[in-house]
This record gives sequence, C-alpha cells and structure tokens, in this order.
Amino acid sequence: MEILMIITVGVLFSVSTYLILTKSLLRVILGIVLLSHGAHLLLLTMSGLKEGAPPLLGEGAESYADPLPQALILTAIVISFGVTAFLLVLAYRTYKEHKTDDLDQLRGNADE
Amino acid sequence: MNNLVLLPVLVPLIMGVILIFFRNNPVTQRIISGITAFSMLVISVYLTYVIYQDGIITLELGNWKAPFGIVFVGDLFSGLMVILASVVGVACLFFAFQTIHTDREKYYFYPFYFFLLTGVNGAFLTGDLFNLFVFFEVMLIASYVLIVIGGTKYQLRESFKYVAINIFASAFFIVGVAYLYSITGTLNMAHLAVQVAALEQDGVLNVIAVLFLIVFGMKGALFPLYFWLPKSYYGPPAAIAALFGGLLTKVGIYAIMRSFTLIFTHNPDFTHNIILALAGFTMFFGVLGAVSQFDFKRILSYHIISQVGYMVMGLGLYSPLAIAGAIYYIAHHIIVKSALFLFAGATQKVTGTTDLKKMSGLLKTHPALGWLFFIAAISLAGIPPLSGFFSKFALILSGIQQERYFIVFVSLIVGLLTLFSMMKIFIYVFWGSPSLSEEETKKTKLGPLLLPIVPLVALSIAMGLGAEPIFSFSTQVADQLLDPSIYINSVLKE
Repeated sequence: MEILMIITVGVLFSVSTYLILTKSLLRVILGIVLLSHGAHLLLLTMSGLKEGAPPLLGEGAESYADPLPQALILTAIVISFGVTAFLLVLAYRTYKEHKTDDLDQLRGNADE
Repeated sequence: MNNLVLLPVLVPLIMGVILIFFRNNPVTQRIISGITAFSMLVISVYLTYVIYQDGIITLELGNWKAPFGIVFVGDLFSGLMVILASVVGVACLFFAFQTIHTDREKYYFYPFYFFLLTGVNGAFLTGDLFNLFVFFEVMLIASYVLIVIGGTKYQLRESFKYVAINIFASAFFIVGVAYLYSITGTLNMAHLAVQVAALEQDGVLNVIAVLFLIVFGMKGALFPLYFWLPKSYYGPPAAIAALFGGLLTKVGIYAIMRSFTLIFTHNPDFTHNIILALAGFTMFFGVLGAVSQFDFKRILSYHIISQVGYMVMGLGLYSPLAIAGAIYYIAHHIIVKSALFLFAGATQKVTGTTDLKKMSGLLKTHPALGWLFFIAAISLAGIPPLSGFFSKFALILSGIQQERYFIVFVSLIVGLLTLFSMMKIFIYVFWGSPSLSEEETKKTKLGPLLLPIVPLVALSIAMGLGAEPIFSFSTQVADQLLDPSIYINSVLKE
C-alpha cells in the first residue's frame, strides 16, 4: 500500500512541476494545489500506513493507526485551502488589472 | 511552567482581532495599535529579563507533557529576537501613522500588521517543528495581505510571484517534516535533537538537513533562492517594506540557526560547510546586485541579501565567537535595515520618488535627514564605532582564527562594496544642487517622519559605543545555542 501511495505522490509532484513551469496564471495555481496535495499525502504515508483499531478507544487494541500525521495534515490542508483561495483572488485581480494571464508579459522591466 | 512566554503571541493576536471591528475609524485604530505595540515591547523586555535571570522557560500547552504535547520555549536567543521584533514593530507602526494612506488603513492594515507579529513571535518561541510551520504560515498569510494591500499594478504582479514561491517553500517544509517524522517519530525540537544524535544515520539525515536548508533558505533569501526578494520588497509602502526588510527574512535565518545548532548537528563537516559556501555566494551576489541598482529601495533590498550572508557565515564557521558575532549582526541588521528603509520612505515623501537619479541636494534643504541617514549608512557598512563594525569584526576574527581565509576575503570585499553603494545613495540624494523648490521643501514636515527613525539610529550608535555588554550578552546567547543539552534538559526535564 505504501508503494502505491508513494507512486501517487511522485505522479502528483511531477504533474505539479510541469504545471508550475507553464506560463498561465491558472495553471501555476493548479500546479501549486497539486504540489500541496502531494506533500500532504507524503506526510500521511511516510510514517507507515497501519490497519487496526482507532487509537483513542482504550489501550487494548493490538495495533492502531498513528493519529499524529492525520492531525498534522488536517492542519496543513486547512492552511493550504485558505492560501489557495487567496491566491485565486490575487490572480483574478492581477488578470483584471493587467488584462493578461501570460506570465511572460507579467515579468516587468528593469527600469520601473 | 510560565504563561509569560505565551504573551508575545497572544497580545497581538487578540488585539488584531479587536482592531478588525474598528475598520472605519482610523484614529481609534491608531490609538489601539500604538498602545498594543508599546505593551508588546514592555512584555518582550520583561520576558527576556526573566529568561536571563531564571534560565530557559517552557510552557506545555494544555499540560500535555513534552515530547507528546506542544511546548513553547523561551531561551535567550528567542527572547532577543522577540525584543527586536517589538522594537521594529513600534518604529514601523509609528512611521505608518504618518505615511500609510487612509484607504490602506481601512482595508485592515493594522489587524494584519499584528497578525504578522503574532506569526513572527510564535515562530521565535515555539519548541515544536510542526508548530513552527503553522506560525510560518500565520506570518506568511499576513505578509501576503500586507504586500498586496493597496493593489497597484506593480504590487499585484510581484505579489503573485511572492505568494507562489512561498507556498512552494511551505510544501517542501511539509515534505521535510514528513521525512523527519518517519525516521525519528517525534516533532518536538528538543526530542528531535536527542533522537537525531542517537540515530547515527548520517546519509538520510543529511538529505533532510539540506531539505530544511532549502526551505528556510527560500524564506531567508539565501543564494540561489533570493531572486524573489528585491522585486517584491520594492512594491509596498516604506513602512511595510521596512518591517519586511528588517524582520521577515530574519525569521528564516532564525529557523536555520535554531535547527542547525539544535537538531542537525550530526555532521557539521558536511552541513556547515555547505552553509559557509552559501554564505559566501549570498553576500557576494547580493552586494553586486546592490552596486548595479539606481533606486533607493532596490539597493536596500539587495543589501538584505548580502547581509543575510554574514549571518549564516557565523553559523557556517560554527565556533562560539562566530555565532556570537552572527547574533550581534542579526540585532544590528534588524535595527539599521529597518531605519534605512524608513529613510527611503521619508525621502520618498519629501521628493516623491525613490529613483536616485531624479533627486539631489537634499542635504541643503533637509540636513537632519541627511546626517541621520549618513550615520545609519556607515553603520551598515561597518565603520567604527557603530554597531556594524563590532559584529563584522567578531565574524572576521573567528574566520581568521579558523584559517578560513577565503570567506574572510569575500566578506571584506563585500564590506567595501557595501560602503560604496551606501555612499552612492548619499552622493546622489544629498549632494549637488537642490532639486526641490522652496515651496516643495516646506510642503512636507520632516519632524513627525523622523520621530520613529531617530530611536533606531540612536540604538545603533548605543550598540556600537556599548559594544562590551552587548557582546557579552551575545556570547551568552551563543554559549546557550552551542550547548543543546541546556535546551533539551529544560524541555524534557530529564
């Protein structure tokens, strides 16, 4: 199971790298979203995926899932959700003001 | 157990929330935020005094024992950083009262100003790696808003890049946390230090250490990850640029110093030599950027990069004297750099531009501004008896003691080029025949603008003249940093 998850993370990372390197604002945002998904999945996977009882129902369980990575990615997901929303609005305003979403034209020049 | 260590985080957070309700009333916002900033200064000084007297103080949140719960740890280094953050916070806030446009005030400038300080103080005081990530995000989200507030074309364009780069770095922070958690099974920094030392797996730890170096280097503007800084710091008004230039990159540097003195000390030959090489490149390319520019704010932004190099040079040399020098340098840099950015703001207010070629002769019309700038500028370049000299002296001395002559050579050259580019600003802006007519000169009152800057310049002079006590304090901070067992024992209470 871990192997499958790690391959998924690898696919997510490579797709997001490709998208971040493109020239359209929206694609860059999609790339960043996929990158944070990959990072979250990696955080969940790295400590090992275990099967068993929930951790908080007593000490009798023979094996239980590690609750900490789940708590961590919950926090990280909330943060990346908020930041993505902000980034979308920022990109929209940038598009409105500059009338373009091509990053080549958003480079700016040396003497301003 | 001491709740005091939580106050520098809680006070700005609560006051920031309260300020949201006074959105349409700038005067009330100014009064509340002024009082808050001063009370933060008092709290931070008192906190550091307590740490100095009683040793490291820790707070286990919710009474969950370390290493299972989240801890807040106040040691001398974090206490010093919290003081510096509050000093800059007060100065930039009072400069903002004079210069920030009411439109920006109404769109939640003050609340986000305090949310930023919440994140910065939290990052300094937390003792948990994931909590550090959370406070980084608090700080960054506030900085995204502050850097784009006002929404000019330039700001929007450069802010998008700033935000994208920082989210990218944050994703790698999570990746680093994931790797570290998988091999050590803990995220408490003190416990991490114990586990990393016990693990003896240099290969994988080196990979993780370099991953964290990339993450923090991206926030702290290290070579080759500094490319985003000059353009994005040029956009916002001077009060915000001064806060960012003084404080934000230094949070990245704090994280590097903390993690590479506490956690990743398993293989200094490898990691700290990489840091030393990066330091050399950072300062050299940063100062070359500064020499090539003809804009007040851009020159200062490039100087942030070159001076970040000096700080990590102290860490790379990794001796008590070098670390003490780096800490002295951080204190000096935060104060002087914020002052210089505020000078850029004051000149912009007077002349209406930051382009060096469009202004001249301000020394005749505004002598106070000129000479105060001169003091701050030569302090930055490291002329005795100002604060810049003693910090560089300690760094270079320890470089010579360790026979690392090449980095010493680079840092001396960079010092010379720093002096050159600061004098370039002085000559272009203040010498020559006055470019302003008498009416234009009288239009702006300089007194209120200089009020927040004078204490910073005075502090820089005091830090130079009173170098002995400050240097012995930095040495104490460095001793505490270089002996992780003090930190570990006070958190884990073994």
